[in-house]
Amino acid sequence: MSEVQPDPRGAPAPAVSARGLRKVYGDVVALARLELDVWPGEFFTLLGPSGSGKTTTLRLIAGFERPDAGGVALDGVDVTSRPPYQRDVNTVFQDYALFPHMTIAENVAYGLMVNGVGRRARAARAAEALRLVQLAELGARKPIQLSGGQRQRVALARALVNRPRVLLLDEPLGALDLKLRQDMQLELKRIQRELSEDVTFVYVTHDQDEALTMSDRIAVFSTGRIEQVGTPREIYERPANEFVAGFVGTSNVVARDGRRCTVRPEKIRLLPPDAAAPDGELSELGVVREVVYLGATTRYVVALDNGETLVAMRQNDESEDGAASEERGRRVRLAWRAQHMTAVDGFAAADAQREHEEVPQ
Amino acid sequence: MTAARAEVVAGGPGRFRSARRRASAGLFRRGWLRATLLLSAPAAWFVLIYLAALAILFVSAFWRVDAFTGEVVHQWNLDNFKTIAESPAYRTIALRTIGIAAAVTLTDALLAIPFAYFAARLAPRRLQTVLFVIVLVPLWTSYLVRVYAWRLILAHDGILNWTLHKLGFGGVDIAYSNWAMWVVFSYLWLPFMILPVWVAFERVPDSFLEASADLGARGWTTFRRVLLPLVLPGVVAGSIFTFSLTLGDFITPTLVGGAGSDFIGNVVYSSVGIANNVPFAAAFATIPLLVMGAYLLVARKVGAFEAL
Repeated sequence: MSEVQPDPRGAPAPAVSARGLRKVYGDVVALARLELDVWPGEFFTLLGPSGSGKTTTLRLIAGFERPDAGGVALDGVDVTSRPPYQRDVNTVFQDYALFPHMTIAENVAYGLMVNGVGRRARAARAAEALRLVQLAELGARKPIQLSGGQRQRVALARALVNRPRVLLLDEPLGALDLKLRQDMQLELKRIQRELSEDVTFVYVTHDQDEALTMSDRIAVFSTGRIEQVGTPREIYERPANEFVAGFVGTSNVVARDGRRCTVRPEKIRLLPPDAAAPDGELSELGVVREVVYLGATTRYVVALDNGETLVAMRQNDESEDGAASEERGRRVRLAWRAQHMTAVDGFAAADAQREHEEVPQ
Repeated sequence: MTAARAEVVAGGPGRFRSARRRASAGLFRRGWLRATLLLSAPAAWFVLIYLAALAILFVSAFWRVDAFTGEVVHQWNLDNFKTIAESPAYRTIALRTIGIAAAVTLTDALLAIPFAYFAARLAPRRLQTVLFVIVLVPLWTSYLVRVYAWRLILAHDGILNWTLHKLGFGGVDIAYSNWAMWVVFSYLWLPFMILPVWVAFERVPDSFLEASADLGARGWTTFRRVLLPLVLPGVVAGSIFTFSLTLGDFITPTLVGGAGSDFIGNVVYSSVGIANNVPFAAAFATIPLLVMGAYLLVARKVGAFEAL
């Protein structure tokens, strides 16, 4: 459940707020009674697997779809029944949706043109937006002459040129290769910092690294509902339930004192089996089942003697002499601090969903 | 693999198969050879039958017919073109043909764009199928049957006037006139305009329209600034059909145009069939070719193909 958090800056109203938002396609409940508040100037990420309702949420905020129940407010003003062209919101589309018959400059200036901005002012503001995304020289080209990364930047410039209150980004980096994606993540963050006085970013992605890298706050989606809202650190260190623990990072769930708890792999230390458990730490004995070398780190999958499985991560900061084949089958003691363990109590998506559906409207 | 190898060892069919495999590998390596094999037959057809015939047509336009013997005289001259340019009757026929072809094209475009827009973007899938069949069914009926049907509709005491009288309007007298030809041609070639425009509307991704609305454009602005420029190549493709089919027709003018409504095609027909003057027919037939060529150049100039 999302809890509405107070705005740290004391803004009078959320930039975006969704109340009881519900959307059904045929028999599929895309969104079940969504509650969401995004504060002005935030970089807010909707994170979740495909089909979890995050893109539907974005489309309802933009006005491309009408909700079956509930409403959307921007800056405290209800816009549920307004068409997209009457909402102070612009979108960067997943496929960029650049108009192929217009030049880059015309694409960027399109929002200004349809809003009646004069030719001269239009050209100046389009050029400024292209400078912001570092494509100042490409105004005369057509979209087809640009690379994927460049098109992505043009789509961003086009969406920003109207100076919207809220910028919606629908998996904008999904089509780029890893290196370019990482560059663009930092680039987007820079642009957001430059504009954060005026523009709130709502970003949709299924990539947890992207969400952790860029967001001020993250909402984790699953099957049409929000599982948890929080800062990247809160989401990662204190997952509210097993789904969040598993979707953001490795789940690593163990039973302790009748409760289900999770501990992150990098918090677990590997010790020799005969080492004593350090003071104030929890420890378990087990056998290394799998060793995965990942460059900067190595992952160990350890089968505990009590039948559970834990993943531990170790920095490769010392020269490792042991080959993977030697480490496999070795007995180890796993140890971690009590405060690194978080209870993720009995969550099952289907049950929660059903309970939710039964609430009378 | 093992089976093939066994056959090779045994000889016989294996040898045939390995030859086939070598041929296929050879084709795989030589892309040009594949292209040649695929294209040679249609290319030969195009060059020999179509281009050669056009060339002969064009050349023969500069010949003349001996007035006494009726033989074609292979002697270069511009007499045919002079006759066409100087005779008011031929000029009228050429202008009538081009004018009606243009009117028909415009009419079909105006009818097809809203229809295709609805069919491609608004209609539910089931209705789309129904509309598609409705557009195509007339093409399964004989052209002549449809033109004769229009004779009955447009005749002085035909269905059109009968209906108008019943509704309390006066009748219209458009049977056997240019108006009749305009109506019938527009009906005949409408499917050829609808289909390419339909496809063009279908090819525009939803996200383009959403992006336009998102940036502040109302429905009409989106239609004019985004949708229409993107379907323009489809309209031009359709107009090539409607324009050239009307330019070349000579049956509909005969059947519904009445007396004094000859098209270029009628003159060509009678020059070949009755007057036995092939050079003059050829000269007159080059006019639609030139008009079509000019039309395509203008279409390219105004950027109709840029969104292709």
